[in-house]
Amino acid sequence: MQTILQQIINALSLGSIYALLALGYSMVYGIIKLINFAHGDIYMLGAFFAYFAINAWHFNFLLALLSAMVISAISGVVIEYLAYRPLRKSPRIAVLITAIGVSFLLENGMSYFVGSNARSFPQVIEQVNYEFAGVQISNIQLLILATALTLMVLLQMIIKKTKMGRAMRAVSVDPEAAELVGVNVNHTISFTFALGSALAGAAGVLIGMYYNQIDPLMGMTPGIKAFVAAVLGGIGSVPGAALGGFLIGTLETFFQSIGLSAYKDAVVYLTLIVILLFLPAGIFGKNTKEKV
Amino acid sequence: MKKNWKYSLCWLVLLIAGFYLINTLIMFGVIDDFIENMLVTIGINIILATGLNLIIGFSGQFSLGHAGFMAIGAYTTAVITQHITSELGFILSVLVGMVLASVIAAVIGTATFTRLKGDYLAIATLGAAEIIRNVINNLKITGGSAGMFNIPQLCSWPTVYLLVCLTTIVLTNFIRSLDGRAIKAVREDELAAEAMGINTTKWKLAAFVIGGATAAIAGSLSASYVQTISPSNFGIMESISILVIVVLGGVGSMTGTILAAIVLGVLDTILQNFGALRMVIYAIVLIVMMIFKPSGLLGNWEFSLKNIGHFGRQERG
Repeated sequence: MQTILQQIINALSLGSIYALLALGYSMVYGIIKLINFAHGDIYMLGAFFAYFAINAWHFNFLLALLSAMVISAISGVVIEYLAYRPLRKSPRIAVLITAIGVSFLLENGMSYFVGSNARSFPQVIEQVNYEFAGVQISNIQLLILATALTLMVLLQMIIKKTKMGRAMRAVSVDPEAAELVGVNVNHTISFTFALGSALAGAAGVLIGMYYNQIDPLMGMTPGIKAFVAAVLGGIGSVPGAALGGFLIGTLETFFQSIGLSAYKDAVVYLTLIVILLFLPAGIFGKNTKEKV
Repeated sequence: MKKNWKYSLCWLVLLIAGFYLINTLIMFGVIDDFIENMLVTIGINIILATGLNLIIGFSGQFSLGHAGFMAIGAYTTAVITQHITSELGFILSVLVGMVLASVIAAVIGTATFTRLKGDYLAIATLGAAEIIRNVINNLKITGGSAGMFNIPQLCSWPTVYLLVCLTTIVLTNFIRSLDGRAIKAVREDELAAEAMGINTTKWKLAAFVIGGATAAIAGSLSASYVQTISPSNFGIMESISILVIVVLGGVGSMTGTILAAIVLGVLDTILQNFGALRMVIYAIVLIVMMIFKPSGLLGNWEFSLKNIGHFGRQERG
């Protein structure tokens, strides 16, 4: 019982980080139908910015988190403006290849400037372990969960309550019709990238604190897994991405705890394929019928 | 039929001439080991990318798991040739690899092609390839994550050259056949194709299986030529770099794919001198290329001797 509870806590903290990443994928895919391969690298950028900010300017946790989110948001918008916007009318596969190019550029550019070695993330908060009935929770795990949940609630509010959120939903349903009723599609897409990238930056800082380690290639695998999470939950849906993230985190932690950690990636992908076969649009996705 | 015979002969002469050209250049030392290595890499990439182009460019199905099939071929060759160290063993291993890859492609294809399309299919095939890699990573016979070393080198550049010619001939002829037209019809409009009585799932699956089998050939060649393999060679990045060749050459153009494989192979060799900046430059070239010419180098144009014969007349199909 205790081990199960312990694993649930570990799964929740890892899952919430996946969920934050998955939200960005989900929003960007929902609005321009692009698997933004560079998303995982924005998460890496966020982690590296926080690393430098904490080391050089002695930022505290909150300041590091917020500044990393701002920097990530700006880089997301710049990438969209320079690389994706010129390709608005191009075949989707060309945009996808551009996204891969951007991902290569960020990874290798970062390796070129700071070296490809892993670095240890500064301990901005002293780790304290609490114990409840034999289950250990560290303050960092609590902080990760609290931050992730706060950001998710905030995001849901932005999407549901603000004018920009309404514009986002409108563009994701039909960009042309949205333009006709006076929505500035380009601004809306930029805003979506800013929001998604800010969440990725936050996830980067949190993973830095969780694993105490960052490197320029850290975005690749979690990036793909977060996309898997977004697809699992139903792409374009905020609760879906969150659920998918938690699901992937739980699966990984569970297989690690029963000693099959070597197969944890295979299990994640197998679950994806099985769920897609039965629910092709994901758990919370809407099934669209093809027009004849 | 009689008219085509003339062009086939022309192609045969060209291919043999190409072989002797490389052979002579090697004899005179113009092509050293370094360049020969580059040529073999280009050849292997041509096999991989033309196979993937059959899936993406001609049947219109977005697959991101090509490296998985390459891994199957590579590991089959590595395991078999360690026991049967002869040319016969290599040929056997290529055949077994192709059969294995075809069977696995058929299983993955049957499961996914009936229900998924577009990006969902891409992510499912990517997942399938990662499962293959994960299994290889944990098996004893494959040496786990350390990989396999000292694989006997049973193929040299003429083998690669021969197989590049063979797969290209088979693939291009397949595309131009009646079956190939069925596959293109599925790409253009699945519903319309189905209405015309084409079994769309069957042809999508056929393209996927043939593509998987060619990827296995490329894997066998690369394992035997390079002599070491490890699961990390067949990850997502490998699938993506094959995809990059296809898209850069022009989705729907086999000529473009071959051209892009050569251009990227040469670019890669030149950039070796730049060290860490190499991948940065590669990435910038990729982004700029896609922004200014998103249809790839050749779009869907195909080179053909027939078109040179009757210049200006568009070939049908």
